[in-house]
Amino acid sequence: MPGLEGRRPGPPTTPRDPGAQDRFLPMATRLHLRPDRVAPFPPTQASARVTTSHHTLADKAAEAAARATPDGVVVRVRALSDRAIAWLFIAPTIVLLLAINIFPLFWAIYLSFTNFRANRPNAEVKNVGLGNYSRVLNDPDIWASMQTTAHFVFWTILLQTVIGFALAYLIDRKFRGHAFWTTLILIPMMLSPAVVGNFWRFLYEPQIGLFAYAVSFLTGIPTSEIQMLGSVNLAPWAIIIVDTWMWTPYVMLICLAGLRSIPDYIYEAAEVDRASNWRQFWSITVPMALPFIMLAVLFRGIENFKMFDMVNLLTGGGPGSTTEVASITLKRDAFEAWATGRSSAFAIVLFVAVFGLANIYVKALNRVKQR
Amino acid sequence: MLKKWIPLLGATAVCALMSAPQAAKAEQLTLCWAAWDPANALVELSKDFTTKTGIDMKFEFVPWTSYADRFLNELNSRGKLCDLIIGDSQWVGGAAENGHYVKLNDFFAKEGIKMDDFVPATVVGYSEWPKNTPNYWALPAMGDVVGWTYRKDWFQRPEIQKEFKAKYGWDLDAPKTYDQLKQIAEFFQKRQIDGKTVYGASIYTERGSEGITMGVTNVLYDWGFMYDNPKKPYDMQGYVNSPDAVKGLEFYKSLYDCCTPPGASNVYMVESADAFKSGQVAMQMNFAFTWPGLYKDEKVGGDRIGFFPNPAEKYHFAQLGGQGISVVSYSDKRDAALQYIKWFAQPQVQAKWWQLGGYSCLKAVVDAPDFKTSQPYAPAFLESMAIVKDFWAEPSYAELLQAMQKRVHDYVVAGKGTAKEALDGLEKDWTEIFKEDGKI
Repeated sequence: MPGLEGRRPGPPTTPRDPGAQDRFLPMATRLHLRPDRVAPFPPTQASARVTTSHHTLADKAAEAAARATPDGVVVRVRALSDRAIAWLFIAPTIVLLLAINIFPLFWAIYLSFTNFRANRPNAEVKNVGLGNYSRVLNDPDIWASMQTTAHFVFWTILLQTVIGFALAYLIDRKFRGHAFWTTLILIPMMLSPAVVGNFWRFLYEPQIGLFAYAVSFLTGIPTSEIQMLGSVNLAPWAIIIVDTWMWTPYVMLICLAGLRSIPDYIYEAAEVDRASNWRQFWSITVPMALPFIMLAVLFRGIENFKMFDMVNLLTGGGPGSTTEVASITLKRDAFEAWATGRSSAFAIVLFVAVFGLANIYVKALNRVKQR
Repeated sequence: MLKKWIPLLGATAVCALMSAPQAAKAEQLTLCWAAWDPANALVELSKDFTTKTGIDMKFEFVPWTSYADRFLNELNSRGKLCDLIIGDSQWVGGAAENGHYVKLNDFFAKEGIKMDDFVPATVVGYSEWPKNTPNYWALPAMGDVVGWTYRKDWFQRPEIQKEFKAKYGWDLDAPKTYDQLKQIAEFFQKRQIDGKTVYGASIYTERGSEGITMGVTNVLYDWGFMYDNPKKPYDMQGYVNSPDAVKGLEFYKSLYDCCTPPGASNVYMVESADAFKSGQVAMQMNFAFTWPGLYKDEKVGGDRIGFFPNPAEKYHFAQLGGQGISVVSYSDKRDAALQYIKWFAQPQVQAKWWQLGGYSCLKAVVDAPDFKTSQPYAPAFLESMAIVKDFWAEPSYAELLQAMQKRVHDYVVAGKGTAKEALDGLEKDWTEIFKEDGKI
């Protein structure tokens, strides 16, 4: 049960590779480290004997690396404290994070206060204060795109949660071939959004698409009138259908983890108390799986708030601006209209909105978990 | 100690030796363009350049939908990927003002390349910035214009001709006016031909890049739409949103509503050509570059296809396409790139360019006595190139384009608001953009 694994006290930490210590010791000896620094693993029978036997290529490589470490480096490393060594190891990751996450964020914040345009490298960059933010927040087109995004997020999450939980509830019952059905249900989630967007575009084609034929077969409406992507009324739903088809399995998987984390003895106790299935569902299943459902909603909410690929492939934001979600508007502002300063302000507004909402939500989630 | 470093030094030396031949290799130029049929013709043509000079040609072709994104990013980041670029006509203003292209005046003067030798509209459209001034940033490379193709075989069927004449009172033929075009489109809409349902016309409706703007302007020019007051630049009130322009936009919407195939809400060059090739439509709006490929098509080409220039209405214009070839100022191989332009400008190379499927802009080629009969689409191309008009080529063209894409798509495809509201909104957007640019 994946949900319970984390709560169990684990076995005493032991090295998974008994040869690791054998490889580590020569290096440490070469570096003249103190024995307490040398032993990251508790002593085991295998490591109790200091051996120089080499069995694998990795052993030989470690030995060679230890030998090849220049004396200057050895002296310097020997002089480092535990904390300094820890910093040494995590520094590359921190530098990478700063370079590709933190710096761009601060750079975008800076740009959002300027009139910078990426397609005018020679133009003078002026500070415009809060001008970009004021323009973003007063732009009716941006508010329309936020409304479209909200509509999209609300319906996809609602449908995915309801269908995903229902599927998880069904799959959680042990029945013949349930592993096969689980795998089958998970397939859409494993596909690339680019592939999904493209083939659904063909499925929705009024003249050759299977979707149009299926609907026509069931309703009698001529296929030429089933214009899922070209109709102002249907296009938003066309995207919601595809996103639900693709990501419901993901929600199902998280819900399934939640359902399987509920200990059987609770149900057994409920049965002893003659609780009905309905009562068990509402009093045990739903409350205990709720943190997992909320987690799935959080993940999908964040993802769908910044949804771009599917919308871009299916409708490109059209017809007109009917399906133009915030990320499409942002992309157009940033890379088609080249309003870099203004689009940076818009990106920061979006970031703050997602970050703020996610934080409120996580607090709510923690309260539910503590109940 | 040194012994330990010997393997490392050895490996470094091997790597250096492996990379050395690259540096010593004969010069190579990279040419950037869109991925389309003429690009393949250019690959074929450029083999002669390599044979003559020993300079290898490498090509970087990007699909039209991401062509502008990809290469404008490359230019804006001062990338060295492209030594030569065949950039869209509207890029010339921004590329000139931002220093992306090398100014070619001195080079042309030195090599004896005269702009008078090229079709005037292509010089203004592809090479000059500011427009109508002798400042050249590109050599006209690929002439292109929006025109139309039609199913000649359907038009020539006696039963169809008879029925059409009875209904509209004139002989079915390639339309000369937009009113005629709409009548033909209505006539063919949802008609059964050879057991298949066919539709009137395929027109541009694409939202993402520039599609619907290219289609709409092609029609609006004929109704009297103007970008600004000819006597007062950037004064757009009453020109962009004149009553005639409003009528033109209403016509485009009516054509979209009445006579296009189902699901044609995001159509540009490829989709329009596909609709024609699959036998779905009787007429198709598309750039002339598609014509050689369509003429060669087994199902709809040959005797089955006809070509005609943009029909007239109150005025007679057509939307200019096409591009000029420029030297990227960030290239380290400027001399070799200029050598390519010098070679490309030669009359015999231009003549071969036309034979291979490219559209030459050199007068010596297009004014040759046998040009009109050299290909079935040559007369329509010539006639179209004489009536071209282009979108803004200002440094802010991308923003101007996006504003128009949104306004007209919202009205034509999504049916939001009225034509007047759309063009009033467009005039407002464009005014704001030019104000920000300090031009108003």
